[in-house]
Amino acid sequence: MRFGQRFYLIEAVQGVLLTAGHFFRNMRAHVARALGSRTARGAVTVQYPEERRPYSPRLRSLHRLVRREDGSPRCVACMMCETVCPARCIYIVATEHPNPEIEKVPERFDIDLGKCVFCGYCVEACPEDAIRMDTGILEFSSYSRRGMIYTKEMLLSLEPVGPDGRPTSPVPIPASRTV
Amino acid sequence: MLDVVVAIGCVTFVMMFVLNLGGLLTWVERKQSAIMQDRIGANRASILGFRVMGLFHPLADAIKMLTKEDFRPARADRLLFGLAPFVSVFFALVAFASIPFGDTLRIGDREFPLQAVTLNVGVLYVFAMLSLGVYGVMMAGWSSANNYALLGAQRAAALMITAEIAIGASIVGVIMVHGSLNMQDIVRGQGRLLAGWLPAWGILTQPLGFILFLTAGIAATKRIPFDMPEGESEIIGYFVEYSGMKFGMFAMADFLETVVIAGMTTALFLGGWQVPWLLADGVHFPWGTTVALPHLVVVGLQVGAFAVKVCVMIFVMMLVRWTLPRFRYDQAMRLGWLGLFPLSILNIVLTGAVLLLIGGQAS
Repeated sequence: MRFGQRFYLIEAVQGVLLTAGHFFRNMRAHVARALGSRTARGAVTVQYPEERRPYSPRLRSLHRLVRREDGSPRCVACMMCETVCPARCIYIVATEHPNPEIEKVPERFDIDLGKCVFCGYCVEACPEDAIRMDTGILEFSSYSRRGMIYTKEMLLSLEPVGPDGRPTSPVPIPASRTV
Repeated sequence: MLDVVVAIGCVTFVMMFVLNLGGLLTWVERKQSAIMQDRIGANRASILGFRVMGLFHPLADAIKMLTKEDFRPARADRLLFGLAPFVSVFFALVAFASIPFGDTLRIGDREFPLQAVTLNVGVLYVFAMLSLGVYGVMMAGWSSANNYALLGAQRAAALMITAEIAIGASIVGVIMVHGSLNMQDIVRGQGRLLAGWLPAWGILTQPLGFILFLTAGIAATKRIPFDMPEGESEIIGYFVEYSGMKFGMFAMADFLETVVIAGMTTALFLGGWQVPWLLADGVHFPWGTTVALPHLVVVGLQVGAFAVKVCVMIFVMMLVRWTLPRFRYDQAMRLGWLGLFPLSILNIVLTGAVLLLIGGQAS
């Protein structure tokens, strides 16, 4: 260590000057904002529930099931996603589709978000492009484990994220959620 | 009768000043640290939708502390465990009493000094009260029947001795310059002008003493960078077993000590209530212009100047607290005994030599 560093006082004063510089620069911005300036910003933080940063388009958020034109799920219940899922959080029960052109359709399609690790393997594995993770919804916490299980109807009702990077559909609340 | 009214007024002013400032410091600490770190800081507490820059957070803190469980460990000493926080806060509160916040107030033909207690040994009184404050900490640490608390108390005692010796030695220079232990005399002495225009504040006549006193004073408040008695990340410290408002009182004692040290620094080194070139009858500019002011305006300016200086000192101490990392225990001891103490002795020798050269004490 140099003598100046061993002495510590000079280093301490330099540190205090640095933080004081931040204080006065930010304080000036806060005062300018209070006086009506729209551009001045005294903090780099985002006031979360009111202000949100736009999410990246690559973000893997809450799953949704893609619909056909008649509103039925595009999913053919091939079990690819259920098989590839490393967390084993997808549960599918298949049934016959009334249209003979389409082989099967899921009767049940449950995702336990309490187990899901958001790896996106289900989206990649799907041969029909029937499951996507592009809703932009991240806030689906629950007080109970049962409240984290999302069913086929809820997943079918979701829309993709809007062009501004914000969710377009409301967060579905499972009926089994207690609070 | 008038004596009693003025005395009560002075005591009330000092109490309100110290207590309110101490309470406000929780808000200042949150907001100032946030702005220093490019954040916004606590702003969510609201009454009827009004947030007022987070000013309700101290209130919310108080409600939280008062309504929490008051826990006492089964093997703790009942009397001392309950007494310790009160001892801490009491001595931090009374320490401010002998610090003058204004010159004399003239009512009719009577003159009253503006300080809660007029003491010939005012400087020693503040030290005595600050030193006694550590008794609360040691009582807390010992009576908790917790090894971490005891460790914190021992550290607090060692730190307090280190800091007190450095404080005591570093202001001997000030006492030599002014030839008095009376705080009011020391502040009056700083009203002189150097070279006809520079106010002879202690920071100019005793620059080394100022740095030593401020460092030791920050150590005496037991706050970061000298918070080994707490050491949140390792031992939690002397108040590890405390909860609710008793814990809050320890936190408050730290803030009150900050106010006391800021007041001390103001009185000894920043000219106390002195406004540059303001004398009892008005402003005398060094270029000869004189602006006459009525007595009450002068007194108001002096009290206001004192309050502003104390706030500036508190700002500086907060700046240090949120800039420097904590010293290790041995580093703080080394700094105190091998750094501050010899330097304050050097300061005494230098002051004595300079006083001899310019011919006797300057007051």
